[in-house]
Amino acid sequence: MEITLSPLSPSISKTFYSSLHELKDGERIRKCLQCGTCSGVCPFGYFMKYPPGKIIGTLRAGVFDLVTKTDSIWMCVSCSACSAFCPTQIPITAALMTRVKEEMILEGKVPAELQTAFKNSQQYGNPLGESPRKRADWAAGLRPEVNILGKTRQPVDVLWFVGDYASYHPRMVAATKAFAKILNALGIKFGILGPEENSDGDSQRLAGERGIFEMLARKNGLAFKKYQFKEIITTDPHAYNALKNEYPALGISYPVQHFTEFLCQRQEQIKPLLKKEIKAKVAYHDPCYLGRVNGVYDAPRELLSAIPGVELVEMAHTHSNSLCCGGGGGGMWLDGFQWEKAHVRLSEWRVKEAMATNAEILAVACPYEPPRFEDATKTVPNAGGLKVREIAELLAESMGI
Amino acid sequence: MKIAVPIKFVPDLVEELTIDSNGAALDTSWLRFIINEFDDHAIEQAILLKERAGAEVTVICAEGDGVDDILFATAAKGADSLVKLTGDFGGGINSHAAARALADLFKESKPDLILTGVQGHNDLDGSVGALLAEYLGMPFVGYVAGVALSDGKAVIRKEYPGGIIAEMEIKLPAVLGIQAAEQPPRYVAYSKINQIMKTAKIEDRALANLDFNGGATVSRMFKPKAASQATMIQGSPDEVAERVFGLLKEHGVM
Repeated sequence: MEITLSPLSPSISKTFYSSLHELKDGERIRKCLQCGTCSGVCPFGYFMKYPPGKIIGTLRAGVFDLVTKTDSIWMCVSCSACSAFCPTQIPITAALMTRVKEEMILEGKVPAELQTAFKNSQQYGNPLGESPRKRADWAAGLRPEVNILGKTRQPVDVLWFVGDYASYHPRMVAATKAFAKILNALGIKFGILGPEENSDGDSQRLAGERGIFEMLARKNGLAFKKYQFKEIITTDPHAYNALKNEYPALGISYPVQHFTEFLCQRQEQIKPLLKKEIKAKVAYHDPCYLGRVNGVYDAPRELLSAIPGVELVEMAHTHSNSLCCGGGGGGMWLDGFQWEKAHVRLSEWRVKEAMATNAEILAVACPYEPPRFEDATKTVPNAGGLKVREIAELLAESMGI
Repeated sequence: MKIAVPIKFVPDLVEELTIDSNGAALDTSWLRFIINEFDDHAIEQAILLKERAGAEVTVICAEGDGVDDILFATAAKGADSLVKLTGDFGGGINSHAAARALADLFKESKPDLILTGVQGHNDLDGSVGALLAEYLGMPFVGYVAGVALSDGKAVIRKEYPGGIIAEMEIKLPAVLGIQAAEQPPRYVAYSKINQIMKTAKIEDRALANLDFNGGATVSRMFKPKAASQATMIQGSPDEVAERVFGLLKEHGVM
């Protein structure tokens, strides 16, 4: 803790501090032991002038202004490791870090890269700044044609919420197509919203722009209402988290599954289709918002193990202790900023861990990861041989589709 | 100090542009419109001046899709009054008609300083500011990237090609064409825009009898043809290097 003789603005600290207590389980902040576990487990904690524990310290000392005078909060990738390991179970990510980011945004202190993602989300409904009309362009040429609900108006069993990066990112489109082929191979009656789908908004929310999150959620909620379906599935853990944990509070409530859970339930149907052997050591990376935040650890591993030839290996950080790819909580839009600050990338760290297991394939289940990890295989020495594959891609390959 | 910022909307290049069947204009059926980037800088400059010296900032825009949102966003940044020009201008307003209409408005509201984007990316003729100054009998400086106000005067920084900047002083009232604000346009939290929507008012001003005289007429609009295609050199790095070296020699570069 820094010693400040003249507290800057105790009233701001007080108002902000008490606003945190009103959040779900936020009163637990009062019980903080100042043990420093959060700051130690934080993958960027050692670069932050004010890691979580220290922020709580400033609030208690009435010198929270010190925190908003620095930009160290933008190193937070909302990976929730701090929340998972806090012995007092303080919801640090939700009730502290996200709120600090919100305060920074209200004060207009937003890194330029992040502003662009926010403006794009506001204007186009996706952080990439792509035309909403092109949201279903990835499906062009697929046979049978992907059912865009606005065009066909047919009732379906499953609404597939595709998400931003799975829809637009050139690397991710391959995985998105692979998943569409798997759904067809399983005879699932599914549809997508296409141009009517907006960003799930979860990463914008965790980056502190709750207003945009709510606006996007409302738009998605209106689109869901127009069509008939029994459940929502998504390939994006961030969309999964938003739909499962955040949308219901806004009155948008549907049963939702991550695609790995959905496929895992159909293992008996899938197994006979997995004909081609993929003989490789495969390390699986737990996405923060699938694993640590939502407890889905087994389904992706079961699917990978079902592929003939796959030998599953675990990396040093695994399950609830998984390491963030660096894309969460706005990290996807702060690459330049974080590189400037830290000169390290979490994705490179993770690729090194995968290499230490002698894995030939790094398997992932989140659309933020393939581009991040593939870039890292190019910058980490001797990592060029490590392949980064989405689980859907591996399944489709084994199915020969 | 009263500052007026007339802004306009231009086609968003995120959508592909197509030419309509008459071959002399863009097909507007799929077009999406956004604020002209230079106008966004004019707004930022106005807000900076307000914060520095105190001023009443009015932002004016012709009606259209998304205009209300942008006007409310400027209010959240600090603009005091919002004006929306209404009328029948489905076919667009040329710079001459816009300048005449704005001049009538400003003769009434008498701003001390008018800041507008130096040009719009749809026509690039940069004439609104200059025409406005002519109609109002005010001085005009374009390509401005910095403004300081003092005692009825403005000290401005004007950008010239080749990295030269001139500092000059003009008497107010004046019209400035803003090339860039002194800082990038600020971000304003969406919740703040939402909040201000509840209280801020947009004043509608009906425009009648627009005078389009003096504007250029587009006789044909077309996409430029690709001159020639690039050749991809195939082979091993050594073969590629050899071939590149050969080509450079052939063209007399080496």
